[in-house]
Amino acid sequence: MPGFHLSLGFTLLYLSLIVLIPLSAVILNTLSMSWEAFWRAVSSDRVVASYKLSFGASLVAATVNLFFGTILAWVLVRYHFFGKKLLDALVDLPFALPTAVAGIALTALYSANGWIGRYLEPLGIKIAFTPFGITIALIFIGLPFVVRTVQPVLEDAERELEEAAASLGASRLQTFSRVILPTILPALLTGFALAFARALGEYGSVIFIAGNLPMVSEITPLFIITKLEQYDYAGATAIAVVMLIASFAMLLTINLLQAWTRRSTRRS
Amino acid sequence: MASAATSLTHSRASLHEPVFTPGATLEPFWVRALLITTALAFAALFLLVPLLAVFAEAFRKGWQAYFAAIIEPDALSAIRLTLMTAAIAVPLNLVFGVAAAWSIAKFEFRGKSLLLTLIDLPFSVSPVISGLIYVLLFGAHGWFGAWLLEHDVQILFAVPGIVLATIFVTFPFVARELIPLMQAQGNEEEEAALVLGASGWRTFWHVTLPNIKWGLLYGVILCNARAMGEFGAVSVVSGHIRGETNTMPLQVEILYNEYNFAAAFAVASLLALLALVTLALKSLIEWRVQQSVSNITLENPA
Repeated sequence: MPGFHLSLGFTLLYLSLIVLIPLSAVILNTLSMSWEAFWRAVSSDRVVASYKLSFGASLVAATVNLFFGTILAWVLVRYHFFGKKLLDALVDLPFALPTAVAGIALTALYSANGWIGRYLEPLGIKIAFTPFGITIALIFIGLPFVVRTVQPVLEDAERELEEAAASLGASRLQTFSRVILPTILPALLTGFALAFARALGEYGSVIFIAGNLPMVSEITPLFIITKLEQYDYAGATAIAVVMLIASFAMLLTINLLQAWTRRSTRRS
Repeated sequence: MASAATSLTHSRASLHEPVFTPGATLEPFWVRALLITTALAFAALFLLVPLLAVFAEAFRKGWQAYFAAIIEPDALSAIRLTLMTAAIAVPLNLVFGVAAAWSIAKFEFRGKSLLLTLIDLPFSVSPVISGLIYVLLFGAHGWFGAWLLEHDVQILFAVPGIVLATIFVTFPFVARELIPLMQAQGNEEEEAALVLGASGWRTFWHVTLPNIKWGLLYGVILCNARAMGEFGAVSVVSGHIRGETNTMPLQVEILYNEYNFAAAFAVASLLALLALVTLALKSLIEWRVQQSVSNITLENPA
């Protein structure tokens, strides 16, 4: 086969110029900071509050997506109903809709006089401009991940095993928890991890609905922007390194989970 | 990461869907009804209603206000910049995607899985950091800042910075689509063409390209949607100069922050329309691929 050196050479050159060299700038810039300055930048009260918020809201959003994403994948694979094709296409909307558009649409819906917010306001429930609103935006952008990782595994799952379980006297619930759940578990966790990782770094859909109050509703990516606007490049870079480490840990986890998914689907 | 969940190679799996559902493995009617209702309600609340809200808010002040907001000079310049950025970023990542898929799918070499992980890297980096890296390189205090200033070259807060940030965030899309596709297809057809005396380029154009065209198109459509819609990374490097360095998503933000909601949603509705066209084309390609796969299975039953 021809073209090995040309294609690999171009791939490595382009990868280095666009991704590797720029990303290494973050790490190298931090190395020039003293340890104390770095620690001060990444452990101030305000930034720690933003870690807790980003982490907590992402965790809640990914959990909601885990639950409803599994139901969506299940009905799309197992049942026939009116509008199924449309629902299947619509699941990818969060991938296709620009995050800023999602952000202003959700804010319009959940603000005090919005389509949904106006019914919650009299009940004393505030969603827009609170951590609750951030979670709503993160549910939106993470929604396709669980559905699209569980769906193919459910499609490939062998129905014979379920029939065998039923013929041996298992109830439908027992079959689900003992036969189906173990098969889709690696995919469920992969989808959860993908949704969580995406939510951690999300910016566009969140900032409109968040209200961005320091200590209350300020996510970590926004804090980086705030630092940049104050020309505190060192501070912004230090927080970016913390976020990069979190992303790489997630990337490693996801790779391991995907390897597990492949192994367990091959076995069955 | 996005393409981990939307892959054309996955959509073939649905062919294995059983035709009939035996009673023993079917849930009672009320369980089915409950699950379908829950799924539809969740999708309506989180997907359909936000989408409808964009168009409802855009047309709140009527057609005339809508069109006035779109043909306003700053909006038109944002549309032009967005189209131009995508027109540069998408072809570059297309060429990269083909080259990467060719080297990874057709050859064996050490460090392949590391290379695959590195290609995926931009998906796992926050968009804000994707913009920050270019500030660190090309900003006034960045690595090349002094040199750029001396030679009067503007990258940051100008079009080149926007294009670079867009290339970064859309980097893996085409490659991620093509690599599994070309790996699944193997080398036999290309080897046959080469044995019959075709040159490497000719083999690529006449053998490989027709085989991967749908996967390629699929990757390009997803890449384009992200390129036109990117907000976080572009926001960091753009400088928000009206009529000059505002892409459509940034124009939406500025109008929204000025409480000019109708105009913000009017520009946003164009982006929502782009998203709908993207979804429609994506479903169409998935359908085409399923058709051709089932035709092959009908012709050569195993």
